[in-house]
Amino acid sequence: MNGVHDMGGMHGFGKVEPEPNEPPFHAPWEGRVLAMQRAMVFTGAWNIDISRAAQEQLPPQAYLSASYYQRWALGMERNVVEQGLVDADELAAGRALRPGKPVKRVMTEDELGRAFVRGSFGRPGPAQARFKPGDRVRAKNIHPTGHTRLPRYVRGRAGVVEAVRGCHVFPDSVTAGTGENPQWLYTVVFEGRDLWGENADPTLKVSVEAFEPYLDPA
Amino acid sequence: MAMSPSTPDRDDPHDHDHAHGSELSETQLRVRALETILTEKGYVDPAVLDRIVEHYETKTGPHVGARVIARAWIDPDFKAALLADATEAIGRLGLVNRVGDHLIAVENTPKLHNMVVCTLCSCYPWDVLGLPPVWYKSAPYRSRAVMDPRGVLADFGVALPADTEIRVWDSTAETRFMVVPRRPAGTENWSEERLASLVTRDCMIGTGVPRRPEDVS
Repeated sequence: MNGVHDMGGMHGFGKVEPEPNEPPFHAPWEGRVLAMQRAMVFTGAWNIDISRAAQEQLPPQAYLSASYYQRWALGMERNVVEQGLVDADELAAGRALRPGKPVKRVMTEDELGRAFVRGSFGRPGPAQARFKPGDRVRAKNIHPTGHTRLPRYVRGRAGVVEAVRGCHVFPDSVTAGTGENPQWLYTVVFEGRDLWGENADPTLKVSVEAFEPYLDPA
Repeated sequence: MAMSPSTPDRDDPHDHDHAHGSELSETQLRVRALETILTEKGYVDPAVLDRIVEHYETKTGPHVGARVIARAWIDPDFKAALLADATEAIGRLGLVNRVGDHLIAVENTPKLHNMVVCTLCSCYPWDVLGLPPVWYKSAPYRSRAVMDPRGVLADFGVALPADTEIRVWDSTAETRFMVVPRRPAGTENWSEERLASLVTRDCMIGTGVPRRPEDVS
């Protein structure tokens, strides 16, 4: 969706402000949110794509005014309800009003190590990759209302395939409820001027990681 | 700052949650409620959540990535392996239990400077750099890095030669990137451990350069 989360090339957000000696968490609740997210993904209730999609569906004002972990919390509230694991009246009450639903697994202390390893998103591929390094491609001019990982600033622009990264779970399908539908993934490089016009930094190149359905030959 | 997505007008910019007060913020209350519900329903175990938080507070961080870079600086074979397949090469070092798949290391040269961003969310190589800093997840960085990387570098006090090519990597899938910065001059014969002290988090994201020898001695 063309949401405010798709920030590449937007103006007006001001300077980047690094914080010296930044702590891992700025308040204890932030750590609880991160830990709950890890533990809930472990139950198989949702994956990272579904988590991102939930955050993108927040109203734009809420997305922009919330901090990172607030967005995670808001997304999780949406995810637990959408997945049928918690009911809205329970969120309002602040306690469980009904017993839990069965989940695939619940994380125990013995399995903690698995909470810290990123999942693998590589999958056996459908047929052969359509593109190879050096091929010129054009990002499609698409505007899906659902979740997608093709940022607006490259849509319609031509670039060059630099690398084939294997075949990966396709976020657009997972979040549409149509399964992993693995697709070839490419690093596609764009010239700064092709993205931002004549006044762009002439030394700039930008790459995105683009799934094959996002690309046409150019 | 209010959390209700439907009532943004209730946002209070003065309530930052990390302010110290006896009153619980709406955010704290909602997060606590969510944990209560998930616990009562048997989906999560609070003791396990404690351990997860502890892990991120004490075990992860850019010190892991710093060791990787220092090794790459002194060991050409390791550097070649790192650039070919960072997940596998770092996995063999034994610094962390297991490095997640699809980690890619990209090398700075005298003519090329790499910078990593995630414009769509905040994808970051947690395995080697720990939790991302707030600025990495912020709108200013996510919006500007792909369009005005030199302006972003200026915010960090970094100025590159005008003819240095800048390559920005937008992490739009489950591939993750770390930058291999250039080894500072004057560090010949330095040990791996001493070299690691020059490697900052920001230089592995591409918004900084390594410390100079005189900065640490």
